[in-house]
Amino acid sequence: MQLSRQVEEKLGSLYRSGGRIVGGVYLGKGQEAFSAALGVQLVGGRDVYGPLIRDQAGRIAFGEPLLDCFRTYLGTATGPMRGRDGNIHRGRPKEGMLAMISHLGALVSVVTGVLFARRLRGSLGDTVGATSIGDGGTSTGAFHEGMNLAAVEKLPLIVSVANNQFAYSTPNSRQFACEDLLSRAEGYGVRGWSVAGTDLASCLKGFRAAVAAARSGSGPQMVVGRMLRLGGHGEHDDASYVPEEARFSHLGQDCLMVAEKTLAARGLASAEVVKGWEQEGRKLIDAAIAQAGREPLPDPYRERWDALSTSHLVEGRSE
Amino acid sequence: MSLTYLEAIREAQYEALRQNADVFLYGQDIGAFGGAFKATKGLAREFPGRVFDSPISEDAMVGLAVGAAIEGARPILEMQFADFSSVGFNQIVNQAGTQYWRTDVPCPITIRLPSGGTPGSGPFHSQSMESIYAHYPGLVIVTPATVEDAYWMLLDSVELNDPVMFCEHKFLYYHLKADSLGERSLPIGKARIARPGRHATVVTYSAMLHEALKSAEELQLDGYQIEVVDLRSVKPMDTDTILASVARTGRLLAVGESFPWGGVTAEIVARVSAEAFHLLDAPPMRLNSKDTPIPYHPNLWKSHRPTVTTISDAVRRLLRY
Ligand SMILES: Cc1ncc(C[n+]2csc(CCOP(=O)(O)OP(=O)(O)O)c2C)c(N)n1
Ligand SMILES: [Mg+2]
Repeated sequence: MQLSRQVEEKLGSLYRSGGRIVGGVYLGKGQEAFSAALGVQLVGGRDVYGPLIRDQAGRIAFGEPLLDCFRTYLGTATGPMRGRDGNIHRGRPKEGMLAMISHLGALVSVVTGVLFARRLRGSLGDTVGATSIGDGGTSTGAFHEGMNLAAVEKLPLIVSVANNQFAYSTPNSRQFACEDLLSRAEGYGVRGWSVAGTDLASCLKGFRAAVAAARSGSGPQMVVGRMLRLGGHGEHDDASYVPEEARFSHLGQDCLMVAEKTLAARGLASAEVVKGWEQEGRKLIDAAIAQAGREPLPDPYRERWDALSTSHLVEGRSE
Repeated sequence: MSLTYLEAIREAQYEALRQNADVFLYGQDIGAFGGAFKATKGLAREFPGRVFDSPISEDAMVGLAVGAAIEGARPILEMQFADFSSVGFNQIVNQAGTQYWRTDVPCPITIRLPSGGTPGSGPFHSQSMESIYAHYPGLVIVTPATVEDAYWMLLDSVELNDPVMFCEHKFLYYHLKADSLGERSLPIGKARIARPGRHATVVTYSAMLHEALKSAEELQLDGYQIEVVDLRSVKPMDTDTILASVARTGRLLAVGESFPWGGVTAEIVARVSAEAFHLLDAPPMRLNSKDTPIPYHPNLWKSHRPTVTTISDAVRRLLRY
C-alpha cells in the first residue's frame, strides 16, 4: 500500500506538471488498505482479479508490474493497451487481470463468467475471482444482475465494496436508502463482511476470511469497507463538496498512517524500516518511468485499425 | 426428411455441442423446458451440464459469456427475444465488442436473437436489431434467410473467434422448410444471388428475402427480370457482390425490416452511391418498416413492414425513372 501511494503521488505530479500523461488520473489514495488487503489474498496468475478505479494497491499486491501502469499512463505502444485504452482500464485478461470498461458494475458478471467457464472445464479447483465497486456503482443494474447471477451459480466470487461516502460528488444519502450496503448481501443470498476501511488490520482480517470462505466453496462473498477518498474524484477535482466534518471524522483517517502506527506499536516495523521501503519504492518507480519514457508512442500508420480477430472479415481490408 | 428453419437452429446447436466441448448454451428457459421457441429442445438432456437456465438478466448473461470466452469457452447465448437484448446492450457493444481490440484476447461468443415481426407480437416482441449492432465496431452480424444458412451460419458463427449477433427471424421459424441441410457453401461475409435478373437489383436479407423473391415473381409477369441479392451477413457486408449486380442492372432497391432511420439499407445505398454512381440509371432507393414502434394488430403490422406489394411498387417506380 505504501508503494501504491508513492506511485499515485508520482502520477498526480506528472498530471499536474502537464504534457506526459495522456487522459485523466483517478487515484485510490485513502483506500490502499482496503484494496491491498484483497490483492494480497489473491494468487497472481491463478486467481482472477477485476480491479476498478481505485485499486492501484490491489494491482500491485496481485503482481501487476509497475511498468504496465506507467506504460499505460504515458500511452506507450509497448504497454498492455498499446495506446488503445488508458489509465485504470489496463489489464491482461489471459493472466487473470481483467481490463475494466468504464461502465460501472459491468465487471461483476465478467469475473463470474471466467469462474463459470473454469467450473465447466474442470479447472476451477480452489481458485477464486474478485472485483471491486464503489458505493455509487452498487446502484447500477449491472451490479445487481451480476451479484444475483453469481449467487445463483454459487461461484467463488469476492466483491469488495468501497463505501467512500461519495460517488463523484453524490453523497450516500442520494445514492441508496438502506441503512448499510452490507444488508444488500443478504438480499442476494451471499455472505457479507464488514471491515473498517481505514484500518489495514481490520481489512486483512475481513478479506482473509472472505477469500478463504470463497475458496472452500461457500459461494460469493461481499466485503464492505467504509472510508473517504483522500483526494478528488480525479486529479481534476478538488472535492470541495466533501464537508469538513467528514474530513476530520474517523472515516477521513489516512489508512497509510494508521498502518504505520500499528506496525510500530506492534513492533513489526520501525519508522526506519518504513523509510527503507520508501526509498526502495522510489527506485522502482523511477526505473519504471525512465524505461516507459524511452519507449515509442503509438503510430497511426502502424496501427491495424481492426476490431475483429478474424482479419478476413474486417471490412475494407485489402490483403 | 424435411426440416424447418427453427429445427435447423436446434440441429446446429446440437452439432456445435457435439463437436466442441468448449461450447455451452446459456439463456432463459432453455434447459429442460427447451426454450420459449423450443430452439434447444432436448439439448439439456443430451448434453448434461452444458445447457443452462439463466436468470432474467440480459446484462449479466452477456457479461458471463465474455468472461467465459476469456477463459477459452465458446458460449451460445439465447436472448428470449431480440428486443430484450437492449438490456444487455452495454455488455454487447462495450464489453464484447471492444474486448479483442483493447486486450488482444478474442471474444468468441454467439448471441442468438429471435428477431423480426410476426402478427400479434407488438412493439416489444418484434424488433430487428441488426442495424443497431452493425453500427458498433467489433461485432459480426449475420442474418440468415434460408434453412441451410440458419444451420451452417450458426455453426460458422460458433467457430468464429469474434462476437457474432445471430439474427434469426421468427417469421421463418415454422414456415420455412428444406429437404436437407445441404453442404457448407458460402462463408460468412459473402452474399448470394438468390435470383438472377437484369432490369433492377433488390438487395435484402433475412425474412425480407422471401418477400422480395415473391415480388420478383410478380414483376416477371410484367416482363421484368429482377435480380435479388441475399446479403446473408449484414456486417461484414459483401459490397463487391452488390456492386457487381448493380453493374448488371443499373438500378438498386435496398429492403430491410428494421426502422428507416439510418441502418443497413442506408449503408447499402451510401456504398453504391459512392462507389458506383456512374453505373446507376436511376437514384438508388430504400424501403424499410415505418418510423413508429411495431404495431400489435395484424392489420396494422402488415402495413408497417415492407410487403410484396410495397416492394413491387418501389421497384416499378425504380424501373419507370
Ligand atoms: C454506468 C456508469 N455511469 C456513470 C459513470 C461515470 N462515473 C465514473 S466514476 C463515477 C462515480 C463512481 O462512484 P463510486 O462507485 O462510489 O466509486 P468512487 O469513485 O467513489 O470510488 C461516475 C458517476 C460510469 N463510469 N459508469
Ligand atoms: Mg464512492
